[in-house]
Amino acid sequence: MVPDFRTVVRRVRETSDVVTLELDSQGFADFTPGQFNMLYAFGVGEIPISISGDPNSSDRIVHTIRAVGPISEALTKLKKNEMIGVRGPYGSAWPLNEAAGSDVLVIAGGIGMAPLRPVLYHLLRFRKRYGRVVLLYGARSPEELLFNREIDRWRRTPGIQVRVTVDHADQDWTGEVGVVTNLLPKVDFDAADTVAMVCGPEVMIRFVARALEDKGMTGQQIFVSMERNMKCAIGLCGHCQFGSYFICKDGPVFRLDKISENLNQREI
Amino acid sequence: MSKKTPPSKDDAVIINKDGLQHLVELLRNKGYCVVGPTVSDGAIIYGEISGLDDLPVGWTDHQDAGTYRLSRRDDGAVFGYVVGPHSWKKFLHPARQRLWRAQRDVDGVRVVEDNAPVPKFAFLGVRSCELHAMAIQDNVFLGSAYQDKTYAQHRKNLLIIAVNCGQAGGTCFCASMNTGPKVTSDFDLSLTEIMDEKEHRFLVETGSSLGAQIIEELVCEKAVEEDLRSAHDAVERASAQMGRTMDTDGIKELLQKNSDHPRWDEVAARCLTCANCTMVCPTCFCTTVEDVTDLGGNHAERWQRWDSCFTMDFSHISGGSVRSSAKSRYRQWMTHKLAHWFDQFGTSGCVGCGRCITWCPVCIDITEEVAAIRQDPATKKDPL
Repeated sequence: MVPDFRTVVRRVRETSDVVTLELDSQGFADFTPGQFNMLYAFGVGEIPISISGDPNSSDRIVHTIRAVGPISEALTKLKKNEMIGVRGPYGSAWPLNEAAGSDVLVIAGGIGMAPLRPVLYHLLRFRKRYGRVVLLYGARSPEELLFNREIDRWRRTPGIQVRVTVDHADQDWTGEVGVVTNLLPKVDFDAADTVAMVCGPEVMIRFVARALEDKGMTGQQIFVSMERNMKCAIGLCGHCQFGSYFICKDGPVFRLDKISENLNQREI
Repeated sequence: MSKKTPPSKDDAVIINKDGLQHLVELLRNKGYCVVGPTVSDGAIIYGEISGLDDLPVGWTDHQDAGTYRLSRRDDGAVFGYVVGPHSWKKFLHPARQRLWRAQRDVDGVRVVEDNAPVPKFAFLGVRSCELHAMAIQDNVFLGSAYQDKTYAQHRKNLLIIAVNCGQAGGTCFCASMNTGPKVTSDFDLSLTEIMDEKEHRFLVETGSSLGAQIIEELVCEKAVEEDLRSAHDAVERASAQMGRTMDTDGIKELLQKNSDHPRWDEVAARCLTCANCTMVCPTCFCTTVEDVTDLGGNHAERWQRWDSCFTMDFSHISGGSVRSSAKSRYRQWMTHKLAHWFDQFGTSGCVGCGRCITWCPVCIDITEEVAAIRQDPATKKDPL
């Protein structure tokens, strides 16, 4: 329950309210994509934040944080060389081994791109292990899109289909407009042999799950990452309960069929 | 506790009130902080005791939904009441404790974890439902890869002197939860108060080798058949007096399949979401943390305190509280306690102590809520 204090080595502003922090990783255990750390802002508090860096590069711990409350705001205000408390890594991982040999559909909404970026790093590094690779990414507006340069690079990379959409376009936007599920008919994958990894707002997860099932995918092929209030991250504080599950240790990544009842119930 | 062994009838002994006084003194001399029932603020409260005089001798309690009263009894019984608003969790899982503190200076941040020595507790007067509650919290705090260190330390040092209930309270339902009233395991010594035509006395049974060692140091006589029979009758009496019952048959499926039941709206209309039920519950374990700093901003501390799933903050994430309605919060508490607990920890989270019924300011009765859903179970719609 005691954090390690680490130095912010680099700070990158992604959007008006999103910052990526790179932390020194000395003595930090390897993480698997999908896992999170508890990040502590001195005297302010501690929250779970997914790891957004490359799982195969261990020189930095990378977190991409949106300022939505007092703690996340304090974290995004940290500057280079300042200290941050870190505990982790915790939680379950995206099914990258299970997905080998299949098409992989990565679907992200808003800040949900952050916990899925390690998946993209992994898929591209071990590209030959997988079938078709698809990234569908939706954000509220063009200025809220994360990792623009990287996504542009992936767009030009052979062997990966990238589609990006925004809910509200501005004058300069020439891409897709609308919800992320609108992109599904525009990409090529074999629904019978695809693993989908989905992260974003809960309402988006519900709609994506339904759209994928309409395409013929089953709950066993769809994996989602869930969010709940969390204090301890080790199953002792009770906050992150989601039906019978503790998001911190049974999740945050769940196979859809295991949680679909909870997901379709209000206020669980 | 040193070892879990079933009580042996052959080793049972008899002590009188002086013997009980002697037992408390003996434990204090051995370095134990002896904690037992006391009368405080008009209720039976667990606190440190130094002798028989601190125990609620000659007191009894009257409990019903939303009702708790103490009154005198004329027989001088030492344990003539049932459980009060406090449970032993306040010692093993303190309501508020500092987890760590940190100092920030030019060289960085120095963290000091709080590892204050924990007292060696001897609990006197632990009821069977409470032993089961402790076993349930053991499972929560010690049963997985991540353990609560402070809890583990408290638990390791703990000596338990249980008491068999000679009467049941108006909100008790341990008999239907299979958690009492007879203590069966997880104790060092157990007492049964006997008040028949013979002397006012206590049958002492042994539950561990540590308990056996303590008995050897007591002035006592071997129990005879009559003592065992009187003790047995006392517990039987309590068993027959249960103020409430709960039908637990298939309860996990019943509640998990009825999350849309109209009864949740009905109970939510009465529930004040005051969190009393979670505070008095001997198994509720949820906590939150508070981060504080001094005025200079370079000294920070992290405190853990009991929390309740009845608050809006409990489920708050960006965008608001997940459980913003009273209905969802009551449903979370009761469904967790009686259903999800099985999935998470392999047992029910309820021991039938009745505290949540007694201390509910609007008399909500968990046994009544279960019965209402059972009476008219809805068949759940298929998801999607």
